[in-house]
Amino acid sequence: MSHATTNHKMSAELEAHHHAFNDDKTQFGFWAYLMTDLVLFATLFATYAVLHNNTWGGPTAGELFSMPYVLVETMALLTSSFTVGMAMLAIFRFKQTQALIWFVITFLLGAVFLGMELYEFNHLVHEGLAWHASAFMSSFFTLVGTHGLHITVGLLWMGIMMFRIVKQGITHNNVRRLTLLSLFWHFLDIVWIFIFTFVYLMGAAAV
Amino acid sequence: MFSTLTTLFANAAAEVRFELLPPPYVIGIVGALAGLLVFAALLKFKGWSWITKTATYIWKEWLTSLDPKKIGVMYIIVAGLMGLRGVADALLLRTQQALTNTDIGNVMTSDQFQQVFTAHGTIMIFFMAMGLMFGIMNLVLPMQLGARDVAFPFMNSASFWLFTAGMILINLSLVFGEFAATGWLAYPPLSGIAYSPGVGVDYWIWTLQIAGIGSLLSGVNFFATIIKMRAPGMRLMKMPIFAWSSLCTTVLIMFAFPILTVTLALLSFDRLFGMHFFTSDFGGNPMMYVNLIWAWGHPEVYILVLPAFGIFSEIVPVFSRKRLFGYTSMVAALIAIMFLSFIVWLHHFFTMGAGANVNSFFGIMTMAIAIPTGVKVFNWLFTMYRGRIRFTAPMWWFLGFVLTFTLGGATGVMLAVPAIDFQVHNSLFLVAHFHNVIIGGVVFGFMAGLTYWFPKFAGFKLNETLGKIAASCWIVGFMVAFIPLYILGLMGATRRLDHYDPSLGWQWLFGVAGVGVLIIAAGIAMQLIQLVVSFIQRQKNIDLTGDPWDGRTLEWSTTSPPPHYNYAVTPTADHIDPFWYAKHDKKKAEAPKYVDILMPKNTGAGVFIGGFALVFGMAIVWKIWPLVFVGLFGAIVTIIIRATHDDPEYVITAKELQQMEAAHAKGGAA
Repeated sequence: MSHATTNHKMSAELEAHHHAFNDDKTQFGFWAYLMTDLVLFATLFATYAVLHNNTWGGPTAGELFSMPYVLVETMALLTSSFTVGMAMLAIFRFKQTQALIWFVITFLLGAVFLGMELYEFNHLVHEGLAWHASAFMSSFFTLVGTHGLHITVGLLWMGIMMFRIVKQGITHNNVRRLTLLSLFWHFLDIVWIFIFTFVYLMGAAAV
Repeated sequence: MFSTLTTLFANAAAEVRFELLPPPYVIGIVGALAGLLVFAALLKFKGWSWITKTATYIWKEWLTSLDPKKIGVMYIIVAGLMGLRGVADALLLRTQQALTNTDIGNVMTSDQFQQVFTAHGTIMIFFMAMGLMFGIMNLVLPMQLGARDVAFPFMNSASFWLFTAGMILINLSLVFGEFAATGWLAYPPLSGIAYSPGVGVDYWIWTLQIAGIGSLLSGVNFFATIIKMRAPGMRLMKMPIFAWSSLCTTVLIMFAFPILTVTLALLSFDRLFGMHFFTSDFGGNPMMYVNLIWAWGHPEVYILVLPAFGIFSEIVPVFSRKRLFGYTSMVAALIAIMFLSFIVWLHHFFTMGAGANVNSFFGIMTMAIAIPTGVKVFNWLFTMYRGRIRFTAPMWWFLGFVLTFTLGGATGVMLAVPAIDFQVHNSLFLVAHFHNVIIGGVVFGFMAGLTYWFPKFAGFKLNETLGKIAASCWIVGFMVAFIPLYILGLMGATRRLDHYDPSLGWQWLFGVAGVGVLIIAAGIAMQLIQLVVSFIQRQKNIDLTGDPWDGRTLEWSTTSPPPHYNYAVTPTADHIDPFWYAKHDKKKAEAPKYVDILMPKNTGAGVFIGGFALVFGMAIVWKIWPLVFVGLFGAIVTIIIRATHDDPEYVITAKELQQMEAAHAKGGAA
């Protein structure tokens, strides 16, 4: 077989066709992946639904969480979904500096969200309500923590992409990757809305 | 007569005293020494340069390859080896049960017996059946769709290496430590840290977690391949049925495997961090585990059997020289099974006590699955009706399938009645049932598929006579091995039983079952001999046309073996069975018009991801935290490096393509 040694340039026609097909295929595949991630979260929601009353004598969700605090956390994440949208609009208009500013804001908002979540976790652990305190705490930490882990991955991804925009500019490959990143970020936003509703709002309502 | 058989069986095994075998680490040391010895022999007789040349060839052409045909072959090799290990486990289990009440006595301890049956189930499902399935999909699916590759070639390689990392991890448990003694689904609280404090369950968890993530990625990959990579003209309702069955399977994988990922993660959190998902105290709920694991586990059996259905739907029309009977109803049946498979999981634990209404619902849904499955069986039979049938080896597997699978389906409907299930729950009747559908359906299907597509990828056919003998051994052996288990189950024998009272009168049935396993083992030996003989006779059975069976689908339109780009010119598919129409089209084929094509470059990143996953798995089983981070960090860095790689493909120009095609036509493989 004679591969690997050849290093031809793509013809412009092939390149255009290839890009369009590749983008389409990749976005579709990423959507499919996001749906599997949704099933993953659905399973965690189901475990939370089964276990959230099993507090083993500890406090319930309603007694535990401070709503104003969670609301600020939520607003930070929701705003970041807006700013990532602005960043993508700038990307599609090839406005590099503008895009970078919006990405930095998104990154900071994501970091604020993650920081607040970790602070809340830390607080709970110090209250003696760590993940091993009860089945309720286990399912809470796992559901919310899995979302936090996804946010961490998103931040890492965003950091790398900002670095690449600075180095390479808005190339076709970078646009494709950023499109996936923004899909991922919006997806995490939607999942958080469900967490906010099921864990925090319904927890507060149940008191 | 049966007592004679038992005695024969007993005498054959009398010499082996398994409990006297050396401890595992000695086997490990002996294995390592044997490896060194082989290496030294190669060095002496072949020389250092031969070794480096061969190693470079294997690395460059196989391990780092993104060609789905090569990845498929590697899947099948790994799955084949694991199948052999699974069968060896089965032989051990049946030997113990047949001999426990004879003069020879126990061949292993109860604890060893439990580890062996756990390993048998885990290996057969995850590393034999799943491996063969992904192997066949990799080989056949892109070609049937008229594509040159899967949607995400690198992810495909990563999936394979994750699968292989899981395979190595489960086999490391033979040498280091122990394996789970919990049964293949490791129900808590038994699998919790309180009752299984050793590393066995951790091996089980991380083996499945690593291989499972590989399977999930493959599911996404093949789903995108089928949706996005079909040849021009091939609308969904013109796809080959194997592609349809693969589509349904990938949908099931995408819905079911995330549940497995979560369930395994939660169990590991219980064990590692003292969480309380499935513990008996602190509000944990062990029955939730049983629900979750079967919410994955039931679709899983359909994930395995649907591609087998697809394979038969390819084979029967070709060897009956008729188009498939009831294409649309076949597709509808596949989709119906796909939906129903998600609303039947509770039939695995009717005895949990969910109440009569819940049990009735799941019982009725379970029985309903028999309807689309029945549609499929009748469609295959009607395809054969008035066809010009050639009874080749794949057809022998098919007929064996119809016989055994239908029997298994019938006992499945019996088990779906909660009242009957309460009687035979966890008995050998159940064991007989699911082997009946998994061996009869999945294994026979994959064997038929491997025989059928073998010439496409090897360039020569397998020896037909030996293939038929092998199929006969399997079919007869299956009946002899499992019919006694139905009887034993009805007599009250529970599964996972390593000893029983002689006065029960079960001994001779266990003896017969043991003989059956030996007949199956003879079938496997026949298949191995078949491979060797066929290789020796390859000139006699050579396939120069690329179409040895008078096939109907696109993969037969290219050469055997196909060039690495599959098709020089992208084929079109305006009909179901497009190649059949193309062959019988009176119009003269136009000269091919070549255009530049893009192919993925090879990469070792998949191997490294698998390697780091293995390091991670081994480290977390033994709780060596620094190594856990090494594995995790290494895998993440490899993924980042690969994901930011901007030039993963190379161009084959139209001119080169023309030259390659000309060389290919002139003679010999590429």
